[in-house]
Amino acid sequence: MANTFVKISTVTVGSGGAASIAFTSIPQTYTDLKLVTSLRGAAAAVRGTVRVTFNGISTNYSGRTVRGYDNTTTDSTTSSTSYFDIWRIPAATNTASVFSNDEIYLPNYASSNYKSFAADNTSETNLSSGNTNYLSMSSGLWSNTAAITSITFVIADATNFVEYSTATLYGIKSS
Amino acid sequence: MTNPTKLVVDCSTGITETIELTDAEVAQMQADAETYAAQKAAEETAAAAVEAKKVSGKAKLKALGLTDDEIGALIK
Repeated sequence: MANTFVKISTVTVGSGGAASIAFTSIPQTYTDLKLVTSLRGAAAAVRGTVRVTFNGISTNYSGRTVRGYDNTTTDSTTSSTSYFDIWRIPAATNTASVFSNDEIYLPNYASSNYKSFAADNTSETNLSSGNTNYLSMSSGLWSNTAAITSITFVIADATNFVEYSTATLYGIKSS
Repeated sequence: MTNPTKLVVDCSTGITETIELTDAEVAQMQADAETYAAQKAAEETAAAAVEAKKVSGKAKLKALGLTDDEIGALIK
């Protein structure tokens, strides 16, 4: 049976935290990519917003995100932004030791077409009221024909990912 | 180190480096954060305005004699 789902690299944030995490020199030998993360932010807030960019390029991101949290649902669209606000992760005033569970799926990342992607994001806060569970689903588009060779994500308020945050990049082959 | 750091994973070698951000990178991140804060504040103001209109609209419907259940059914 073909080995179609392969871990490319994984990283765990150390004790000092990290302001950004980047996977670079991504091999072009797979059909699709999948990034799986478990994150928490250091800001003095309930949640932090995570932004993603590809190839270090800050143009032409667009998409739609549906979010559910605090007994509220929202539906927002973005167009031609310099990044994609892809996830919201627990931060310092959220329940202690709670990390997010997040994924991005990038089909045909090495093609010369525009790059679509799907993302989802949850965090279980272990609370019955107040800042309860958060979830989101996004469909995104990077209107660029370059093959994706790097993925970078940061927290929008310029704070750190805390220790024990992890990110793993997988390559997926069609056969 | 005086600036925050970034984790850079080189997928071709599997090596992860912890690199101190340059002053220019820190300045850019801070500028982006300020823009984000302004956008967030604008979104929250807009959301509060919508919520206020919902409350006002519900009160007007109630004044017309609709029950809470009827109002709930209308706005779903």
